Amino acid sequence: MKLIVTFSRKAGKKPIIAQVVRDTGVLINVERALIDSSEGEALIDIPDNACIVVKERLAALGATVRVLEDVIFLDDTRCVDCGACISICPQEVFSFDEDWKLSMEGKKCVLCGRCIEICPQRALSHKSEA
Amino acid sequence: MEKTISLIRERIRDGNARVVTAEEMPSLVDELGEEGALREVDVVTTGTFGAMCSSGAFLNFGHADPPIKMERIWLNDVEAYGGIAAVDAYIGATQKSTTREDSYGGAHVMEDFISGKSVELRALSTGTDCYPRRTLTTELLLENLNQAIMVNPRNGYQRYNAASNSTDRTLYTYMGMLLPNCGNITYSGAGLLNPIMNDPNLRMIGSGVPAFLCGAPGMVVGEGTQHSPGGGFGTLMVTADMKQMSPYYLRAATMTGYGVTLYVGLGIPIPVLDRETVRSTAIRDEDIMVDVIDYGVPVRSRPSLRKVSYAELKSGVVELQGEEVRTSSLSSYRRAREIALTVRSWVEEGKLVPVLPTRTIDSRKSVLPLRETVQGPRVLDIMDRRVIAIGQDEEIRAAARKLLKGETNHLPVLEESGRLVGIVTTYDISKAVVNPVKAAKVRDVMKKKVITTTPEEPVDIAVRKLEKYNISALPVVDREERVIGMLTAMDLGKLFGGRWLK
Repeated sequence: MKLIVTFSRKAGKKPIIAQVVRDTGVLINVERALIDSSEGEALIDIPDNACIVVKERLAALGATVRVLEDVIFLDDTRCVDCGACISICPQEVFSFDEDWKLSMEGKKCVLCGRCIEICPQRALSHKSEA
Repeated sequence: MEKTISLIRERIRDGNARVVTAEEMPSLVDELGEEGALREVDVVTTGTFGAMCSSGAFLNFGHADPPIKMERIWLNDVEAYGGIAAVDAYIGATQKSTTREDSYGGAHVMEDFISGKSVELRALSTGTDCYPRRTLTTELLLENLNQAIMVNPRNGYQRYNAASNSTDRTLYTYMGMLLPNCGNITYSGAGLLNPIMNDPNLRMIGSGVPAFLCGAPGMVVGEGTQHSPGGGFGTLMVTADMKQMSPYYLRAATMTGYGVTLYVGLGIPIPVLDRETVRSTAIRDEDIMVDVIDYGVPVRSRPSLRKVSYAELKSGVVELQGEEVRTSSLSSYRRAREIALTVRSWVEEGKLVPVLPTRTIDSRKSVLPLRETVQGPRVLDIMDRRVIAIGQDEEIRAAARKLLKGETNHLPVLEESGRLVGIVTTYDISKAVVNPVKAAKVRDVMKKKVITTTPEEPVDIAVRKLEKYNISALPVVDREERVIGMLTAMDLGKLFGGRWLK
């Protein structure tokens, strides 16, 4: 499961994800992170059964945590099943089914935004915007 | 055995014709043999749905009261060509909106019209005795136009080369997003369903032949612009009435970083008259080869990285330089297939009945490049030939002194042989002066990855590098990587008022 972790760095540069790994023993995969001098946001992937313990530990260290739902929205009325998104996605979210229809495994998505940027039909968006 | 076109038309009329899609044909020929397939099959239908930039439509608006000779025309702020009589215009697919840039263009105007949306027409004129009016603004629906005739100068490319990118940065092209270091391959085209691929000698496809165009029954006008069947890149000019089109088969699109284009659906029925047609319509994706072109090289004849078949491209993964590289189609095979099936039922219903060309299309000619009589500026024309350089083992202070004395902001760093190994800027040196402990020598602060240009490179390409990498100078190097000049943003000023601006 994927979690979005946001944290402030104003009080100092604490290695909070490393801290959580050490405290909980859960192996965390950082899939995307944007950290500047004052705050940070990381998209992490963890085993489903470790969700509660990781969330609690992160919260205790001062981070805000929310579970990432399926976030890429495909507008079926715009999509023409071209497949421009297939090869540029770092997570292999998109593929063709046996009838050359585009199918999507939203769970794999890490919100990099590339597909939204390049879809020729502008058929992809963030779910919150849809 | 040979069949006549009248026999086929008769069978269609009687409801006895056997019509198959080009996808069904190869296995039919395997099963029945060529002679058997010739006896059995009357028409093979094709289809393709993809980006076809060279598309547009002639529109007639009708006369206003008082009348105006529209000289400049905008439809939803997209300029249409008005140099054809008083109230006619040609709207081209790739024309950008003056207000919305890449997100709206001529293709969108056409899609909006076909979807039943209202489009704003604005026109300007200088005014004449017979056409006194000077300005006009009105809202129009497609049904308010007298004619909306799509005439696409270049559609249905026989095949199109695939694209990749060997450079270390992402490219945004009309072939989509190309990831660095050949990280992906993009291609466009329906492969075995492509119209000309099923009739490469253009014996059955020619002027007057019926065609499906964006959901409307239309026809082939003749050869398309840039038609180059000699090299396997034939094209068609096609036409149909926009009022009969469907937005399902005509879609405006934006290729990020390139601009607006139009996805066009095109399908042509091919009558099966002889064994040669049986053979050509039995083509498979395995037989259709294209080059994977390196779009990282900005010249007309871009190098090919390898040859690849449509079967490999469609498999989703192609081996390139020892790596498995994923592919993306830019055209829709699913929709191409739907078009071939629609054409099949249209032929069966007698809505699209094959005829032989009234004028044939040349199947051998090759396209010529542009004849350029005026050479654009090259780097050597404007570069600064003074080279103030520094060695990599020199002190930071020495670099600072040179920057001051040379009145420059960039110092190429050379090794003993004179070969370029790095670059330092005023910024790098200032930073090193502020933090003297960390760096003592030029080699400690220099950037080793230097973006360079060559004396022969067109200035436009060098400018593109400056923009893309957000830098303000390029060392000009010869073949041995020795620096023979510098091209800075300041040198670009020489282009103004000089002989290059005529």
